[in-house]
Amino acid sequence: MYTVSLSPETDLHIVAADDTQRNAVFEAKVADDQFIEPKDWMPDAYRKTLIRQISQHAHSEIVGMLPEGNWLTRAPSLRRKAILLAKIQDECGHGLYLYSAAETLGISRDDMTEALHQGRAKYSTIFNYPTLTWADMGAIGWLVDGAAILNQVPLQRTSYGPYARAMVRICKEESFHQRQGYESMMVLAQGTEGQRRMAQDALNRWWWPSLMMFGPPDDQSPNSAQSMRWRIKRDSNDALRQKFVDVTVPQAQALGLTIPDPDLKWNETRNAYDYGAIDWAEFHAVVRGEGPVAKERLAARIDAWESNAWVRDAALAHEAKRSQRKAA
Amino acid sequence: MTVALATSLGDDALILGQRLAEWCGHAPTLEVDLALANIGLDLLGQAQFFLGAAGAAEGQGRDADTLAYRRREDEFRNCLLVEQPNGDFARTIARQFLFSTWQALLFPDLAQSAAPAIAAIAQKAAKEVAYHARFAAEWVVRLGDGTSESHRRMADGLAWCWRFTDELFMDDTAKFRPEWDSHINATLTQAGLATPKPVRGITGGRHGRHTEHLGHILSALQYLQRVYPDATW
Repeated sequence: MYTVSLSPETDLHIVAADDTQRNAVFEAKVADDQFIEPKDWMPDAYRKTLIRQISQHAHSEIVGMLPEGNWLTRAPSLRRKAILLAKIQDECGHGLYLYSAAETLGISRDDMTEALHQGRAKYSTIFNYPTLTWADMGAIGWLVDGAAILNQVPLQRTSYGPYARAMVRICKEESFHQRQGYESMMVLAQGTEGQRRMAQDALNRWWWPSLMMFGPPDDQSPNSAQSMRWRIKRDSNDALRQKFVDVTVPQAQALGLTIPDPDLKWNETRNAYDYGAIDWAEFHAVVRGEGPVAKERLAARIDAWESNAWVRDAALAHEAKRSQRKAA
Repeated sequence: MTVALATSLGDDALILGQRLAEWCGHAPTLEVDLALANIGLDLLGQAQFFLGAAGAAEGQGRDADTLAYRRREDEFRNCLLVEQPNGDFARTIARQFLFSTWQALLFPDLAQSAAPAIAAIAQKAAKEVAYHARFAAEWVVRLGDGTSESHRRMADGLAWCWRFTDELFMDDTAKFRPEWDSHINATLTQAGLATPKPVRGITGGRHGRHTEHLGHILSALQYLQRVYPDATW
């Protein structure tokens, strides 16, 4: 430390030169598809981008427990109730791994939680839509987890090691959830008239918000280019969205359900489905926090945190007393 | 005999599992959220097995789902303790502590003595409930010892639940009372909490006379099966 105060200018210069060199090593590693690990040097902007992305992902898992939790007490059979509870529990586990991965970048879970509660951190827009019927549990598994998987599979090869490794486990569990969701939709689609109507209504409500999960179109995605270069992101929003449409349309047909898009049609030349215009005004409104149940979701998280603060305080106080008693 | 016992054990597990599901997404920490969901899943599993055994022993073609979703509240045989509302986290812990400690004494005994169908379930579940009892006891100690607020809340939670504990020890299960008392008292002493004063026990659940809460629990639990009576899920 004292050397800096002796000749600050020279030292600053050396640090800067050092950074250029370290940045070159970093860039080369990333370009070579090697993992960046917590102790490796990394540019500040890379660190910040990762904290933003991983914490956003963690918050999405935790807030995402709420729309499904809404149907836990009303699940229609003991088996469905157990499957749903286990699925929500997996999401909580995903939130935990992801917060831990973000913590390796030098931010605490409490800081991230506070950012969420103060509205400084975002979470996936999809969770600000309400779950109105039991069929929404199937639709969320099938469409929302299906879209999440397409977003997340490439992240298993993302450049930051702890994030990539967390994603390996998360992707396995997500694909299980997606199959369970589809199976649940199939039972409804082949069920009574009332169940079929419920399934179609769920598809009608979740289809467009699911397409929005891939983010704004490529020409309006502010963070994409740098993230692709850093290999934090691997595929463009529009490319993943197209893939989702192409995979999902035949699945809907197999269920005998109709995708709520009159412009949807197979394009021989592109070898892909053309689909109708997405309501980006709605997307931006939901991102701004104006989704139908955005206030309810955030209020539920804040309430869980604040009304139970005394529990966390008690646990800490007990630990402190215990170690004091041990020392004495 | 088997029908009555399996029904009451299955209903206990079902109703408490349903209560714990209400915490999902709202617990004090993510770790506690995971733990409560784990306990809830164990209880749901027990409910499936015990009610399945009850239906099989009854021999009228009712399976676990039919029993869970199509009975009226006066046909349920769970104890009143498990249907108590979650309240704050301390009351949830008090309920779990008193109930799981009882299950943890009962199940190893049933594994030896009960009809084979029940013994097999009890043997598997004995490990689960031993963990539930330990988890709850650890929290009783944390909250009792932690801060003055947590101490007060823990004492309130115990006082809320205490009047429903006599019901756990009626008829065949009376023999577990002394051991249960000694387990409970040991943990409460460690937590710096007084054992609640004896109060007149409130009973009735084992005969189908419940508190005001069960009807509300069932109106959520059975909603879909009642609205769509011909559907399978």
